[in-house]
Amino acid sequence: MNTTPASTPTSPAAKIKVNNLNFFYGSFQGLKSINLEIADRHVTAFIGPSGCGKSTLLRTFNRMYDLYPGQHATGEIVLNGKNVLDKKQDLNQLRAKVGMVFQKPTPFPMSIYDNIAFGVKLYESLSKAEMDERVEWALKKAALWDEVKDKLKQSGLSLSGGQQQRLCIARGVAVKPDVLLLDEPTSALDPISTAKVEELLHELKTDYTIAIVTHNMQQAARVSDFTAYMYLGEMIEFGVTDEIFIKPKRKETEDYITGRFG
Amino acid sequence: MNTIYRKRLFINRLALLLALAAMAVGMLFLAWILYTLLARGLSGLSLAVFTQMTPPPGSEGGLANAIFGSLMMVGFATFIATPIGILAGIYLAEFGNRGWVGPTTRFINDILLSAPSIVVGLFIYTVYVAKVQHFSGWAGTLALSLLAVPVVVRTTENMLRLVPNSLREAAAALGAPQWKVVLSVALRAVRGGVLTGILLAVARISGETAPLLFTALNNQFWSSDMNAPMANLPVVIFQFAMSPFENWQSLAWAGALLITFSVLVLNILARTLFSQKTSS
Amino acid sequence: MSTAEQESIDAARMAKKLNRQHMADKLFRFTTLGFALLVLAMLAAIIASLIYGAFPAFREFGFGFLTSTDWNPVTNKYGALNTIFGTVVTSIIALAIAIPVSFGIAIFLTELCPVWLKRPLGTAVELLAAIPSIIYGMWGLFVFAPVFSEYIQPFLAQTLGKLPIIGALFQGPAMGIGMLAAGVILSIMVIPFIASVMRDVFEVVPGVLKESAYGLGATTWEVVRNVVLPYTKIGVVGGVMLGLGRALGETMAVTFVIGNAHKISASLFNPGNSIASTLANEFAEASKDLHIASLISLGLVLFLITFIVLAIAKLLLIRLTRNEGART
Repeated sequence: MNTTPASTPTSPAAKIKVNNLNFFYGSFQGLKSINLEIADRHVTAFIGPSGCGKSTLLRTFNRMYDLYPGQHATGEIVLNGKNVLDKKQDLNQLRAKVGMVFQKPTPFPMSIYDNIAFGVKLYESLSKAEMDERVEWALKKAALWDEVKDKLKQSGLSLSGGQQQRLCIARGVAVKPDVLLLDEPTSALDPISTAKVEELLHELKTDYTIAIVTHNMQQAARVSDFTAYMYLGEMIEFGVTDEIFIKPKRKETEDYITGRFG
Repeated sequence: MNTIYRKRLFINRLALLLALAAMAVGMLFLAWILYTLLARGLSGLSLAVFTQMTPPPGSEGGLANAIFGSLMMVGFATFIATPIGILAGIYLAEFGNRGWVGPTTRFINDILLSAPSIVVGLFIYTVYVAKVQHFSGWAGTLALSLLAVPVVVRTTENMLRLVPNSLREAAAALGAPQWKVVLSVALRAVRGGVLTGILLAVARISGETAPLLFTALNNQFWSSDMNAPMANLPVVIFQFAMSPFENWQSLAWAGALLITFSVLVLNILARTLFSQKTSS
Repeated sequence: MSTAEQESIDAARMAKKLNRQHMADKLFRFTTLGFALLVLAMLAAIIASLIYGAFPAFREFGFGFLTSTDWNPVTNKYGALNTIFGTVVTSIIALAIAIPVSFGIAIFLTELCPVWLKRPLGTAVELLAAIPSIIYGMWGLFVFAPVFSEYIQPFLAQTLGKLPIIGALFQGPAMGIGMLAAGVILSIMVIPFIASVMRDVFEVVPGVLKESAYGLGATTWEVVRNVVLPYTKIGVVGGVMLGLGRALGETMAVTFVIGNAHKISASLFNPGNSIASTLANEFAEASKDLHIASLISLGLVLFLITFIVLAIAKLLLIRLTRNEGART
């Protein structure tokens, strides 16, 4: 049931390889033998009813779960040839390579400029001019530059919800990560802001590998190249998005997608 | 309307009336105390209160040395207690859920928060005053800082717990080390609340009398020597109020008005500051 | 330089940076841990120093110190019972008055108060808690005591004083100061503490719970009595214990009005003494070593009593929040 179908599209190179991943919240098993490959510079979407483990899976990629006691993972997640679940893996370094955007916008309590510069300063020592350039670049990437270029010194909290979320994306992009994880990034946004963020994903995938969790199937269909359907901690089906939505191989997937379930 | 219902309504009205009366009693006492302070304190208040020293019985004088002493001791105590309280509060909020240190410290801190302040005075007396053989401003400062620490610890922890975990995760997701997550993001997000805690601590220790009685004692003269006994408003108020001399008593009321006024202003300031920070 | 060399230099620089970060994180963790332990050390140091300072008195008097009513600096004989009695009695009086009043205030603030008045009145109650205790003492001695002796004490003597058994508590000269006056002043001081805790615990009652009771046609009082109170009773008791802890250790308010007499009297109108007021009055002037040691012993007794009371309060309040967590 949990084996990845042989027809998994392997044409683009895999950025992340997940082998036999299990995840535990204490004694509760949140993920069961997950296997999949996330394609380089493509968008992979994770869908499924709430509690199915899609966010949990995303949070294993940057080992966010390590912040909390009692949670642990077994198996392998190979990124750039190294298993990130390895005890010796440096978490800060990993997270600098794997950016994350959350469900609710999380601007830091500082200026818009400092929000972007915060992550960059952690691992690079740039001159003032270089930093200015990087901030502008990141804000442009996130399609926010025109809206905020005259108020970079203002608090990040003063922006609207949609702008805040794009600020968070810019912040994630600014450190030039390999992978960008998005955990239901538009669930707290209005439709217009949602459209802007989705448009952004299209642009970003030329440079970044993107994994997005969403509860919105239309969104998955719109933005992703590959889709994984999860249920109760298991990977039910994984494949090219069009195939998943048009002719799913498994009945469970079809039921979910057609709304007969969940 | 049947009788059972009528009886229930009557009991309800009676209970609510009593609740209203209780509220009124509380407010009555607040108003009465404030009125007394204003009525008696204002008449004793003059420029001399701020410029002249505490007088010997029967002559004119002010509270200048006592005001100065209080400011010195409260200032130094705040200076000592703030870093201790914030760092301990950070530990409780960020690391304090595992092991025994966190829960135990939290528990003990809450007890120290309400522990009798006079015992803190006794403590400083036995470990410091008795050893160096004299009362001093530093002894008073230490006693006050011991009282301020638990207040700062409690508010710092409470405030940090208001920071949503998603904000910490967002900083960690950029690869920030934990100290940076806590200091530059979490603590920064609630700096208004932490400042509130410090102001409340200042308010708390400004009016404390008992712990100063046998640490700083009192000094009739102007002294900025922290190693000598130091005049301070609460102890002067205590001595003057209990005295039979009328000018001393009127100075005591003036001092009482000053202290209460400052403490209430600090409290209101702290509250408005915090409500502003949380609403934004 | 080849790209491979450049990469290895970058990797080395990165490794160094990460290493520094880990050191900084460790340092941060241990520093904050150190300060948390400092808070624990404060408590340990307070208890240890009090035991050390009290030791001469306990060596001299043994446990008789706790049961003797003899307190005489001239003959150098000391016993704690008078002051323990005064401390306990004034605190009981304070609670007897403060509990119903605080309860009323908390009900008013959570169930009755119009929304726009909630904040100002809540703040006012908290300001009452912020007024320094010495102010309560002065006000008690100069303003309240005359009113108390003029009107309230004669009234109490005329009514409660005529009753059998408890009548003895309300007899004697109406001086304004004494154990009863101290208890009343203390009650005014602890009301805001108890009322704010009660208000806070009443506010944790889920709205749906109250609404479902209202939905059955219950009156406000019935909702408070049958839903709010059972739901929060642990927290309410915790709040009361917190107030008791405050009352036991309160110094200045009591010192002004208790009358400072080292004796146990049947009537609450008579002057007495509490542990804290004895310390405030005598410590700075005490010169004999045994006198000082006996006063420190009093402090130790006071600290242990309040510690136990506050610990119980805290445990009850923790249990309330834990139950709360289990329910949701």
